[in-house]
Amino acid sequence: MAGDAHTNAEHNTEVHIPESEHGAGFPPFDATTYASQILWLAITFGFFYWIMKNVAVPRIAGILEDREDRIAGDLSEANRLKEETDAAIAAYEQALAEARNKAHGIAQDTRAKLKTDQDARREKAEADLSEKLKEAEAHIAGLKTEALSQIGEIAGETTSALVEQLIGKAPTKTDLTKALKSAMN
Amino acid sequence: MANDPIHQFQIQKLFPIEVGGMDLSFTNSSLFMVLTVAAASAFLIFSTSGRGLVPSRVQSVSEMAYEFVASMLRSSAGTEGMRFFPLVFSLFMFVLVANLLGMFPYFFTVTSHIIVTFALAMLVILTVTIYGLLRHGMKFFHLFAPAGVPPLLLLIVAPIEVVSFLSRPISLSVRLFANMLAGHITLKVFAGFIVSMGAAGIAGAAGAILPLGMTVALTALEFLVAFLQAYVFTVLTCMYLNDALHPSH
Repeated sequence: MAGDAHTNAEHNTEVHIPESEHGAGFPPFDATTYASQILWLAITFGFFYWIMKNVAVPRIAGILEDREDRIAGDLSEANRLKEETDAAIAAYEQALAEARNKAHGIAQDTRAKLKTDQDARREKAEADLSEKLKEAEAHIAGLKTEALSQIGEIAGETTSALVEQLIGKAPTKTDLTKALKSAMN
Repeated sequence: MANDPIHQFQIQKLFPIEVGGMDLSFTNSSLFMVLTVAAASAFLIFSTSGRGLVPSRVQSVSEMAYEFVASMLRSSAGTEGMRFFPLVFSLFMFVLVANLLGMFPYFFTVTSHIIVTFALAMLVILTVTIYGLLRHGMKFFHLFAPAGVPPLLLLIVAPIEVVSFLSRPISLSVRLFANMLAGHITLKVFAGFIVSMGAAGIAGAAGAILPLGMTVALTALEFLVAFLQAYVFTVLTCMYLNDALHPSH
């Protein structure tokens, strides 16, 4: 504060103090200062308003908007990445399911193939066996008829010997065969 | 004179200017208006000069002030009210910084003069009235006739609404002026007690602890009042602006 301003102030108070008892000296109600205060308020507040409107408010609004945009951008990027991840997981799971199906198919094919092979082999073996069995049966039947024919012969001989012993005379061959046939049936 | 609680409100001419018999001097009040504008502008501009995506401490203070006023305006006047944002933000910052600067010892409080607060209140009311008339024409006067009121009651309600509208600039300006004035006078009186009791010997000095404690408490209270009155002034401005935007309640 300048020195002369100070004396000015003292001068002012000295003038107003006696009046203050009546209320007029109360500085806020001193109308002589109103013009100056209104003028300087208009100048300073007008300038302040201009600065706020053209510099400060757009700048802060810009900062806040940038931040909001950035956050929204980051969120959408995160969303996009999440979708990509989900798609990758789905693709992986599909590939896994496909592989599992394929493996299952291969196993089944192999099993079926093995089964047909085995069946064929078994059928062949069974056929072989039954052939052998037939052969064996035929052989046995041959042996049996042979044996039976021999039995007839032996029985004839025995019978003729027995009859010869009993009656002292060998029977005729035709009688013998007839008798044997009736006995064996 | 040191103990005169009114002395702090004295207007002192720093550079006498007189135009056509009118006193337009650059006074201590003008100086503190300039300081208020300089401090508020400098803070808001320098704190945001980094334009940090992640705000620094000072930048977040500016952002908080911005969002505080923006949410106040949006909640009472809607998104349409945002066209008045620079005005409301300027009013809030000007009143807040002027009030807070006044808390420094030996500093002049710009808002402790009725003419300053009245001029600011008139700025608000004229904005509301002129914008309301330009935007809504005669419908602006629906403000005085609330919808749904029976015609007979309207004879009583309308004059009340008119009076309440006319008293707005007075209540708006007197509230801020009186709070700042009374607060500073009270502080000065209690601080004066400390000096005069301290001068009255040992017992007085011991007793001076009481007004000292009171002064400390009042200082905290005055900081609260400085913020609160800026807030109240701004909230009421927002509500009046809402009337200009939506006059039919």
